[in-house]
Amino acid sequence: MKAVEECSDMWELRLYVAGQTPKSMTAFANLKRLCEEHLEGKYRIEVIDLLKNPQLAKGDQIFAIPTLVRKLPQPLKRVIGDLSNTERVLVGLDLRPLKE
Amino acid sequence: MTIRKKNLKSPEELPKCTTGIRGLDEITDGGLPKGRPTLICGSAGCGKTLMAMEFLVRGAAQFNEPGVFMSFEESSDELAQNVASLGFDLNELIASKKMYIDQVRIERSEIEETGEYDLEGLFIRLNYAIDSIGANRVVLDTIESLFGGLANEGVLRAELRRLFRWLKEKGVTAIITGERGEKMLTRHGLEEYVSDCVILLDNRVEGQISTRRLRIVKYRGSSHGTNEYPFLIDEKGISVLPITSIGLQHGVSTERISTGIPRLDTMMGGEGYYRGSSVLISGTAGTGKSSIAANFANAACSRGERCLYFAFEEAPSQITRNMRSIGIDLEPWIEQGLLDIYAVRPSIYGLEMHLVKMYKMVTEFKPEVVIIDPVTNLIAIGSDTEVKSMLARLIDFLKANQITALFTNLSHGGSLEMTEFGISSLMDTWLLLRDIEIGGERNRGLYILKSRGMAHSNQIREFLLTDKGIDLIDVYLGPGGVLTGAARSAQEAQEKASDLMRKEEIERKKRELERKRAALEAQITAMRSEFESAEEEVAKLTQQEEMQEKVLAGDRTEMMRLRRGDDMRTRK
Repeated sequence: MKAVEECSDMWELRLYVAGQTPKSMTAFANLKRLCEEHLEGKYRIEVIDLLKNPQLAKGDQIFAIPTLVRKLPQPLKRVIGDLSNTERVLVGLDLRPLKE
Repeated sequence: MTIRKKNLKSPEELPKCTTGIRGLDEITDGGLPKGRPTLICGSAGCGKTLMAMEFLVRGAAQFNEPGVFMSFEESSDELAQNVASLGFDLNELIASKKMYIDQVRIERSEIEETGEYDLEGLFIRLNYAIDSIGANRVVLDTIESLFGGLANEGVLRAELRRLFRWLKEKGVTAIITGERGEKMLTRHGLEEYVSDCVILLDNRVEGQISTRRLRIVKYRGSSHGTNEYPFLIDEKGISVLPITSIGLQHGVSTERISTGIPRLDTMMGGEGYYRGSSVLISGTAGTGKSSIAANFANAACSRGERCLYFAFEEAPSQITRNMRSIGIDLEPWIEQGLLDIYAVRPSIYGLEMHLVKMYKMVTEFKPEVVIIDPVTNLIAIGSDTEVKSMLARLIDFLKANQITALFTNLSHGGSLEMTEFGISSLMDTWLLLRDIEIGGERNRGLYILKSRGMAHSNQIREFLLTDKGIDLIDVYLGPGGVLTGAARSAQEAQEKASDLMRKEEIERKKRELERKRAALEAQITAMRSEFESAEEEVAKLTQQEEMQEKVLAGDRTEMMRLRRGDDMRTRK
């Protein structure tokens, strides 16, 4: 199953959460699942807890929680919500699954 | 309709946060509600962002209350640039940790909503910003941008409600700006969440002139002015004009000040206007209103007082040139800083704006005398009631500050004793200048129509503008009525001639009498000499007679002697 665009190297994803809320847990679980499905071995997820590092919110223009930011590949993409709508996540991340 | 509660500082009274914005604190009776959010709404370009920014900057600079500006529209650099023109150095305040600017960029195209979310990120950012500088003041400008960026309105509304509650809990005094909606105060009904204080800004255009106005729609738990107040944005920020009718409680002065025209002083009991009174000079075009005003300015400056001259018709240089032609040199006063001529076309702002401007200038310049020349030009830019209320406010304001105000009023023929907008009742002294048209000439006449609280002349004076200044001359009151100018001179000449003639007549009569006396005397002399000659003759005759008698008697004696006895006996 080939799921990645040809140019893609490493995907750097950053998930912003605020503490261990149900929404953050759901978001993380959804992200993990999607990445495994579409970006196996080619992704890195960094979870940032804004309660611990509030100063980071400004840099990535975070206002909603949870927010997923695609740092790489360029351009920067932002997806908000608990990532339960898979289709929208894929669109948001510009991740086109190649389904047979 | 200002509702002013008695200043009883009860413990329940709402604590206020002084904005530092000129005038706003007076209307709000002390400032915005401390520790609560205030909504400022208005249409685009009415000064919301600026007002919010000034609130922060003044707080940081004057009251040592750091502030956070969370912008949803403009970047930090843009904001700094925008307010640099108002003399605020944002970067300096940011560097000294007195301000914190955070721009929240929301691009709908960049955002994909994929499920449940909340705005905790915003809370965290704001919290971080507040805590990092220990902010007491917060501005959210314009939070409604969130509605444009996020599709889930349900979540948004719930979060906004939470945000305002959170701000209150945080104890910061916040300003939230909102775009004016069609039916509601704000496009997305923010007023629903912010219920403590709502200020509405407005920028209305009437007759091509725009006026900014401010109104406090509500202010829970506090008294406040309910009117619409004009406000001004200039190089020093926002000034709101708090003057409504201040009322008639101002103190009065019994001090009199010279009008600058000695004979006019004489007409007013010899002393001139009362200090702090309002003087109206009305007259048709070219009757010398400005000259009287300039005389007054000159007199004030000579006393070392400060005078502010609002010229709505002429440029300052034109005024000084024209006044030099009647012997008044205003230039030195301007150089000494005693006189400030502020010339502006009335149509440049709305009426309210003029009032704000004047109010501001008077507050800054602190003059003893204010001249408004002519007040009539303001009428073109407002309705009668507006003009009257504006003037009432201006006069009240000036009187409260013991400033003598002189207004000139251009009247247009008809009944001269009518000012266009019935302002005469506001005036203490009213001088009327009028043209007197006689014998193909127009001459100026002056009289005092009223002057409250002083004995004044009821006479018309002829008013002459000479190169040595203003001169008041008694007019000629002849059988044909009032005569002025050349007619007066002619009449005077005529009088002089007839006077002369009368004198000559008397002289002539005298001479005639003299002649008569001379003639009579001559006659008497003649008669007397005639009589004398007659007398002489008689005397001569008498003498002759006597001689004759003597001779005769002698003869007879001789004869008797000769005839001796003969004749005697014979005769006997």
